[in-house]
Amino acid sequence: MMAFKTETDAEQRATSRRADWFGILSRSHAGELDALAADAADGVAFEWLRRPHVGLVMVRGRAGGTGQVFNLGEMTVARASVRLADGTVGHGYVQSRDKRQAELAAIVDALLLQEHRHDEIMAKVIEPLRQKEQTRRIEKSRKAASTKVEFFTMVRGENPA
Amino acid sequence: MAYVAVKGGEQAILNTHKLISETRRGNPDLAELSLAQISEQFGLAVDRVMTEGSVYDRELAALALKQAQGDAIEAIFLLRAYRTTLPRVAVSEPIDTSKMAIRRRISATFKDIPGGQVLGPTYDYTHRLLDFALAAEGLERPQAELAAEPLDETVPRVIDLLNSEGLIEEEIDENDGEVFDLTREPTTFPARRDQRLQNLARGDEGFVLGLAYSTTRGYGGAHPFVGELRLGEVAVEIVPEELGFPITIADVTVTECQMINQFRGSADKPPQFTRGYGLTFGHNERKAMAMSLVDRAMRARELGEDVRYPAQDAEFVLSHTDNVEGNGFVTHFKLPHYVDFQAELQLVRQLRAEHEERRRKATGSEQAKEAAE
Repeated sequence: MMAFKTETDAEQRATSRRADWFGILSRSHAGELDALAADAADGVAFEWLRRPHVGLVMVRGRAGGTGQVFNLGEMTVARASVRLADGTVGHGYVQSRDKRQAELAAIVDALLLQEHRHDEIMAKVIEPLRQKEQTRRIEKSRKAASTKVEFFTMVRGENPA
Repeated sequence: MAYVAVKGGEQAILNTHKLISETRRGNPDLAELSLAQISEQFGLAVDRVMTEGSVYDRELAALALKQAQGDAIEAIFLLRAYRTTLPRVAVSEPIDTSKMAIRRRISATFKDIPGGQVLGPTYDYTHRLLDFALAAEGLERPQAELAAEPLDETVPRVIDLLNSEGLIEEEIDENDGEVFDLTREPTTFPARRDQRLQNLARGDEGFVLGLAYSTTRGYGGAHPFVGELRLGEVAVEIVPEELGFPITIADVTVTECQMINQFRGSADKPPQFTRGYGLTFGHNERKAMAMSLVDRAMRARELGEDVRYPAQDAEFVLSHTDNVEGNGFVTHFKLPHYVDFQAELQLVRQLRAEHEERRRKATGSEQAKEAAE
């Protein structure tokens, strides 16, 4: 595919950092995001570019995991977009239907784009959320790992000596 | 055949709403079920409703089940109806199941697989005896063990082990960019695999299971092996137009089945294993396995096999998988068909009268004949 503009390395890094925090925010648990971000978001002046609303995303799969693309089914998402007083635009996408969570995610995204707030918000909101997600993922994986098996094929008609 | 609008009965209908509400609630001395309880403790019922209702949202599926008194097909209907009220905001990138956070992963074809066999949460190795300890409330339930180490972060596909020798067909993306969507366009035949897979994913678990069973009992010639069955969480990515780059918006639980089947080969193709694919929301192994068998059966034509059995006939299968449509049609017969039936009644009376007339004439002429003789 033709690239219409060439991104500089710095732009690419910024994009991938932003994609990273989007992933953390979208998969956060609503209560946890609220606990960590409500203070920071409180009192932030903004206008709505897109009021929080609920919609569907069609989830696609591939035949055999690598083949023909097909539509598996839809999932609910809530999303919102805000513009801060200095013009910074933030977007929020979260799984399921919590509009407040989408609003918070959009405000946090905008704050993270502000140079003077970035580090503070990363430390106060994103890193703790990442930590919680990581802890949950590892615990699930350790539980699954406890059920790992070694199957032995029994050879018929063979008596152990 | 058609049903007609009727007037009247408003009060009776209002009262039936009240009666069904009370019936649904059951004994009011007992605590009412919460959506969280349904979602957490009837998780597999929720998974089925999400898959066939075609909306991944545990809370909505739990609500649908509560409203339908646990009737899966009624709940699926409710969820399908709800989805039509929401706008579609995006279409995801295809999920990458090779990057799944594995909770269960087994292969029936290879014993020793990189990443290991992981039984995960399964009823496979239970005795299927009723557990009366579950009838008692307030007991401590066994807790999962924690292994010292988590599983590998990504676990390779078992099926790729066969690919290196060319023993199994590769799944290559041959889409022309267009992906069929049966929620937006009418079903057409011959149906491509994208259309068939979407249809099967939403299809009724029982119907798809029955068809899958038929393929292994001589009505489809399947000799299947489960190459791999995996359960876990995968990331869903979209590229929002206001951003222009991919972001992860969710982790969804899916079950995937890679079914391996035999193929004799042809003049220009050496013998090779062929594949069928099953994918569902949530934990839904029976459905994923059945789907993969029927997917393979419906590939008969493209693999140069004779289409002889119901499961191989895409038009038959795809037209009858949907339980919302099937339920709608079969159960609509209980709606008022009074006018229709009156017409039929008249017709039958007329036919009977004509029949009687013919019979009388016939016997009349018989008698006349006999008399003449």
